[in-house]
Amino acid sequence: MWDWEFAYSILPKLLKVVDVTIEATLSGFVLAALLGMLLAFGRRSKRKPIAWASGLVVEFIRSTPLLIQLYFLYFALPFYGISLPAFTVGVIGLGLHYSTYLSEVYRAGIENVPRGQWEAAIALNFSRSQTWMRIILPQAIRPVVPVLGNYLITMFKETPLLSTITVVELMQTAKMIGSQSFRYLEAFTIAGFLFLLLSYLSAIWVRRMELRLEQK
Amino acid sequence: MFTPLLHGVEVTLQVMACSAVAALLLSFTAGLCRLSKWAWVRMAAAVYVEFFRGTSLLVQMFWLFFALPILGIELEPMTTGVLALGLNYGAYGSEIVRSSIQAIPKGQTEAAIALNLTSFQRMRSVILPQAFTLMLPAFGNLLIELLKGTSLVSLITLSDLTFTGMLMRTANIARTPEILGLILVIYFVLAYSLTLVVRWLERRVSAGRV
Repeated sequence: MWDWEFAYSILPKLLKVVDVTIEATLSGFVLAALLGMLLAFGRRSKRKPIAWASGLVVEFIRSTPLLIQLYFLYFALPFYGISLPAFTVGVIGLGLHYSTYLSEVYRAGIENVPRGQWEAAIALNFSRSQTWMRIILPQAIRPVVPVLGNYLITMFKETPLLSTITVVELMQTAKMIGSQSFRYLEAFTIAGFLFLLLSYLSAIWVRRMELRLEQK
Repeated sequence: MFTPLLHGVEVTLQVMACSAVAALLLSFTAGLCRLSKWAWVRMAAAVYVEFFRGTSLLVQMFWLFFALPILGIELEPMTTGVLALGLNYGAYGSEIVRSSIQAIPKGQTEAAIALNLTSFQRMRSVILPQAFTLMLPAFGNLLIELLKGTSLVSLITLSDLTFTGMLMRTANIARTPEILGLILVIYFVLAYSLTLVVRWLERRVSAGRV
């Protein structure tokens, strides 16, 4: 049965590793946001091979489990002479996986910018990079910010997978506490509630941002 | 190298099929409950959805697998895996059901009321058939997410594709890149076949409607 005393005694240990989880999420998200942009540009490229290759990368990574991708990066890359610390591998895995989702979000945003905006930019003699930076991207990104925010929350909930490649985050710590004391109930319940609490708080934050963008 | 992996694929597909059925049932139950006239039904459904969407799938699965026995409930790994996947994806699916039903124009409900249909008839023969067309693409995506999610059952000792592959790896460390690469390709082929099936279904369902 539930043991309050035990629950109190392990709470500080679990709270201490929350920042590892958050750090992994944020670093992964920054990587995903940048790589996703590259992939979105790649898919729109005029050079057929680049567009085709970006499309294949997106489809392949999106359709395969993050768990196996993490295993591949962690266990197979050393065979090609690349050995990275577990945390770095985890961030790269998360970032790579979600960059394919974010590239689709960007793509939808870019496609939603009316054609007339492109034509106007050409008529005003803007260069290609000026058109992108000043006309298209600002209009493409603003409406998709809430969607990006939702992916941030989704990524946060996927970080427990990093425990499988020995990153000592929330889940790994809960598992260690459980295996040492043979009491998994309290450790996993607290870990679950921490996830619920944090994703709920970030959902409120995303919703607020959405409202603020609508007002503009 | 293929034969043991094929057995793993079988387990993966089995887990996917069972949890897809569970998730689908829960999606419709919870989705319809969230639109109920009774506030307490709406509340209960909302708590279920928010809880399972807010916590992590792996945490839920581990909780069912490691924590339930302490409370005196012991489940088979297969049951645990299917339960966790079904509950988790059912929560996401219920949002698809809810938003699709809400997307049907109000006039349809009003017309059904004017025709003196009962609320059950209204749902069954007017609203749901139209909402179903809207749900299909989203459910297709969810099914692929579910297929990827099944890889987590390897962590609660089910010998699915992932588990089999990792077992083969320990027996032959030097072949790690090939084995893991092959697993990725198998998942991709499975997911892509699902995409094709869903696209075919979408064409069939929307034929003559759009």
